[in-house]
Amino acid sequence: MEWKHKHLLTIEQLSKEDIEYILETAVSFKEISVRSVKKVPTLRGKTIVNFFCEPSTRTRMSFELAAKRLSADMLNVVSSSSSLSKGESLKDTARNIEAMKVDMIIIRHSMPGSAQLLADCVSCSVINAGDGPHEHPTQGLLDAYTIKEKKGRIQGLKVLIVGDIAHSRVARSNIWTLKKLGADVTVVGPSTLIPAEIEKMGVNVSYYLDEEIPKADVINILRIQRERQDRNFFPTLREYIQLFGVSEARLKNAKKDLLIMHPGPANRGVEIDPAVADGPYSVILDQVTNGIAVRMAVLYLVSSVGSSKKVKMKS
Amino acid sequence: MTCLIKNVTVVDPKNKIHGTMDVLVKDGKIADVKKGLQTDGDVVEGKGRVLVPGLVDMHVHLREPGCEGAETIDSGCRAAAKGGFTGVACMPNTTPPIDSAGTVRYILEKAKSSACRVFPVGTISKERAGKELAPFGELIENGVYGFTDDGSGVMDSGLMRRALEYSKMFNKALMPHEEDELLSAHGAMHEGGVSTRLGIPGIPRAAEECMMERDIRLVKCFGGRLHITHVSTKGGVEIIRQAKAEGLPVTGESAPHYWTLFDKDVNFNTNFKMYPPLRTPEDGEAIIEGLKDGTLDAIVTDHAPHAEANKDVEYNVAAFGIIGLETSLGLVLTTLYHKKILDLEAIIERMSYGPCRILGVENQGIAKGADAHLTLIDLEKEWIVKKEEIVSKSKNSPFIGWSLKGQVVGTMVNGIWTYQINDD
Repeated sequence: MEWKHKHLLTIEQLSKEDIEYILETAVSFKEISVRSVKKVPTLRGKTIVNFFCEPSTRTRMSFELAAKRLSADMLNVVSSSSSLSKGESLKDTARNIEAMKVDMIIIRHSMPGSAQLLADCVSCSVINAGDGPHEHPTQGLLDAYTIKEKKGRIQGLKVLIVGDIAHSRVARSNIWTLKKLGADVTVVGPSTLIPAEIEKMGVNVSYYLDEEIPKADVINILRIQRERQDRNFFPTLREYIQLFGVSEARLKNAKKDLLIMHPGPANRGVEIDPAVADGPYSVILDQVTNGIAVRMAVLYLVSSVGSSKKVKMKS
Repeated sequence: MTCLIKNVTVVDPKNKIHGTMDVLVKDGKIADVKKGLQTDGDVVEGKGRVLVPGLVDMHVHLREPGCEGAETIDSGCRAAAKGGFTGVACMPNTTPPIDSAGTVRYILEKAKSSACRVFPVGTISKERAGKELAPFGELIENGVYGFTDDGSGVMDSGLMRRALEYSKMFNKALMPHEEDELLSAHGAMHEGGVSTRLGIPGIPRAAEECMMERDIRLVKCFGGRLHITHVSTKGGVEIIRQAKAEGLPVTGESAPHYWTLFDKDVNFNTNFKMYPPLRTPEDGEAIIEGLKDGTLDAIVTDHAPHAEANKDVEYNVAAFGIIGLETSLGLVLTTLYHKKILDLEAIIERMSYGPCRILGVENQGIAKGADAHLTLIDLEKEWIVKKEEIVSKSKNSPFIGWSLKGQVVGTMVNGIWTYQINDD
């Protein structure tokens, strides 16, 4: 198969074959991170900018390590999402970055559609590292990678995504990835945080975690942001924990080979009990490790399209 | 000045005309309407064309004073004339807003030399701040045709009650922007499957329907005349239908984008962002039904020009609104007339007589002795909406590239051609 996408903006736009190709490519990249010399020359001479307009530790580090292990030059630009308040639009900033002749921009931004906006106005490749509540494609991919690594398959698995579905880009990218790969996905959360007509994305909806847990092969637990309480999405954190906190007691009827996942950063004691986060079902740290391999695969594949186009233009 | 429009198909439901004849215009008035007229003055051949009473758009943002970079009274009126409009009602969310005699006079002074008539609409509240009643009496004395805080809902029900009561003395309509801002808060598109997929915060139908219900209940209790602006939902049409069935003095309007574009078309394109937001095809069908059965009295554009800097940004922070004056009639003819949903009589009712009745503007139509406000149309002409041909200062149209059937070929205000196309 040939990779055709110059950008990685959403999982929605990818085919099942595209997703499988990324996951297969990531398998070979995973091995590099356990070598004593963790570096291959694949992207030598390429300049990649990590353009992060929202706080992030894990995703930014993961992309940076992925780029460095592929020998790309990596630059971190950290800015506030409200660059508009400084009088400079996202487009202006992007064009300035591009004028410095970079090959790829990885963007994290609070506004949905910002990665697409960027891709429409620059000629280099763009990778979406999270655009508001819209998508976070590499998270969807690394979650799928982790499930496949542990379970050997995705087709037919029952996956629960639990928590604040409405504001979650992780939920959306996971739904697209898992549905395209044939999983049965159920979103579980307070009715105020299940967005309108989400069934149209092909998922089941449940408000009752205890009913769903025994059927689940995978539970992906989303971070609950405390400020949602202030806008009346739920009355108190205490009540949220009572209804949706994943505790050991709650898992007593779970399947023995259940996987517990969390995109991080976790609020221990809120959406996930520490005993569960560190317990036998947890693959949370595997997700972090796999994130680097998946991002190396993405950088490699996307970069192959960007450069081949340039070669064609010269000839 | 004298002008004879010959062999034209005159359509005017009020004067019960639908046939080929000549129309003679002299000194700003219609001097005669019949077959075989002669003149020494100008002659316009009207064969194959339709002449209708001048169209009026009762919901337009001219942006002057205060936002002249986006539109001016001059540019907006030229855009209106190109769209076949002989009059526009301009909304008061200017800077300063239309809440004092001075601003009304300023607008009317500027409008004297413009390409169509301008009917200013005053604010409901001082500074459009939603707290204190604006001076309705003073505003009417200086020439406003109604009241709205358009761009913002009147959140204070007590103020809305007083505004309705107070307006009874003047027999002018209140034309509120129906939006419960606590329900629409942070929203940027219709709340539904598409907003969920895109991760864009939603504006539920309830944000406008709750306010409509409230205002209709207030009219029932306290009187006043209510005109409901830019209806976008099936529920909204039904609410107005019921109010009319109860005999309440309630009218309604909608705009072409609400039955030609839907939430699925948004895809982060800021030229598809407006309030109320694009809804679903089911809502669009209900609006068309409302236009057919007369629940909706007026077709408007909600022409809302925005400078590129306010649209060429991330979707969530882009300004609300699209331009519409130059595409309105083309869209109506393409999607309603040629599809045999509305006949010309009904279109003239919704785009000329209806708006005039609500604003309190006299409209005698195409009759001997009437003021000569006329729109000349080529019903069969096919054309493509091109960005470079847009007359409005702002180009924020979602219809660029659309192919339309039916075009304005001439607009006459007070006996003077303010727009004429000469392509053949």
